[in-house]
Amino acid sequence: MEVTVIRPGMLTTLQDRGRPGSRAQGVPLGGAADPWALRVANLLVGNPEGAVALECTLIGPELEFSADVTVAIGGAEFAGAPRWRPMRVRAGQRLALGAAKTGCRGYLAIAGGFDVPEVLGGRGTYLRAALGGQDGRALREGDRLRVKGGGGVEAAGWSIDERILPAYGPEVTVRVVRGAQADELNSGFWDSGFKVSAKSDRMGVRLTGPAVTRTKARELRSSVVAPGTIQVPPDGQPIVLLADAQTVGGYPQAAHVVTVDLPLVAQLRPGDTVRFREIRLEEAHALLRAQERRLGLLREGLAQKFSAARTAKP
Amino acid sequence: MTLSPLGDSAIVVSLGDEVDEATLGKVRGLTDALREEGVPGIVDVVPAFAQVTVFYDPVRVSYDELGAALRARAENAAGWLKRESARTREIPVCYGGDFGPDIADVATRAGLSSAEVIALHTGGNYRVHAIGFAPGFAYLGGLAAKLHTPRRASPRTAVPAGTVGIGGAQTGVYPLATPGGWNLIGRTPLRLFDAHRAEAAWLQAGDRVVFRAISAEEFAAWK
Repeated sequence: MEVTVIRPGMLTTLQDRGRPGSRAQGVPLGGAADPWALRVANLLVGNPEGAVALECTLIGPELEFSADVTVAIGGAEFAGAPRWRPMRVRAGQRLALGAAKTGCRGYLAIAGGFDVPEVLGGRGTYLRAALGGQDGRALREGDRLRVKGGGGVEAAGWSIDERILPAYGPEVTVRVVRGAQADELNSGFWDSGFKVSAKSDRMGVRLTGPAVTRTKARELRSSVVAPGTIQVPPDGQPIVLLADAQTVGGYPQAAHVVTVDLPLVAQLRPGDTVRFREIRLEEAHALLRAQERRLGLLREGLAQKFSAARTAKP
Repeated sequence: MTLSPLGDSAIVVSLGDEVDEATLGKVRGLTDALREEGVPGIVDVVPAFAQVTVFYDPVRVSYDELGAALRARAENAAGWLKRESARTREIPVCYGGDFGPDIADVATRAGLSSAEVIALHTGGNYRVHAIGFAPGFAYLGGLAAKLHTPRRASPRTAVPAGTVGIGGAQTGVYPLATPGGWNLIGRTPLRLFDAHRAEAAWLQAGDRVVFRAISAEEFAAWK
């Protein structure tokens, strides 16, 4: 089956869970900026967690479906579509997502997943190098996206317990572990709230606030960075790196957002506020293991429902 | 050797203070060792300058467990290097003219002629310290001190792919068309990054690099 793009929205790209293993070639991890939302949306339609989905930014697309199919939206909440639960759309039906009511990036997963070739170990779109996804670019009006598989199950009346979701919101306190240069920066980083700048993108969330100054002036050699790394450039305005961040950076590293809280950052909109709170590495790992356990339970619970729905078919 | 966390999903193994031959050898050795015989839970290995950064899945392996395994392998890193000596890759460059509009500025600052700049640049033995900044972009060490040139006051909005530049003590090749603030001295017809090639990035950390001057005709005829 096919999905036709009637309106592309503000910035809609095909994304998966990225291309780990290519960083030594200077290729960013990439993939969904909010991997949790992508994974849950995929599970809701019966896909593997890393299946290719649409990442829709602030203003969603309008799509037309060539056959009956199950879709689900995770992450940002859009006018015109339910969130965190599967939805059946009919052949010829149009789905218009409109503007995001909450969050910045919504993931539209479709039963079977979008069918695009693998490039460098991933299928997601990396705009800067024009690779992956739909010819390495954002979706355009008239694009026809191929979907694998047979449309999913008919009776999909389940939703998830929202208590398992990250604490998304417009004012967040994000847990971090210390960065290599944390001791060389003034305490403003820890004491201040920062506003999200409109110049943010998939490479990083740019923050504005009281300048974070360096207390130690020394030449810094560039080193490896990752999604979640918080860099402080000379202007003192921190940048939280996201999925498409370059692999090596030369600015002081204040801290790193822990994996379970990176979705909160990926969903911040211009004007939202963020504060940082330090936790220990062991705590970050315990949080991650707990999150993966919850996701495991969801995965098992949904597997049973899918199995029941398939047997119930005439 | 020191180990330190990079966020909650990576460990940085620092193998020396200076980016010298001995350290680069260890970096390459440890990288090769981990690629040939991985530790369960490792998801990516990234050599850069004096460090090897190892990304891992904390659900599959703990920081302490992985740290111990990395320590054991790093102690033997120099041994691994003997098995594969660093390659030398030659980059043909057409210097000056439209391809290298800043070569006269570099020459003036160094008190040299453009021909002398080319001779110095092609006479150097370079080593890839890291790949990063952009896909396939090599941070090269080994630029002659006379050629060190500050970045341009205002960056260009578009530098074509293959352009060879000098920025401070660094020289390198832009693999993709991007904005850039380096002094542009020439262009190579090689594609330093091609996502659809088996080895997408033509250079990797640890490679030795030499530049060779070619004519505009050779550049045009390059396949």
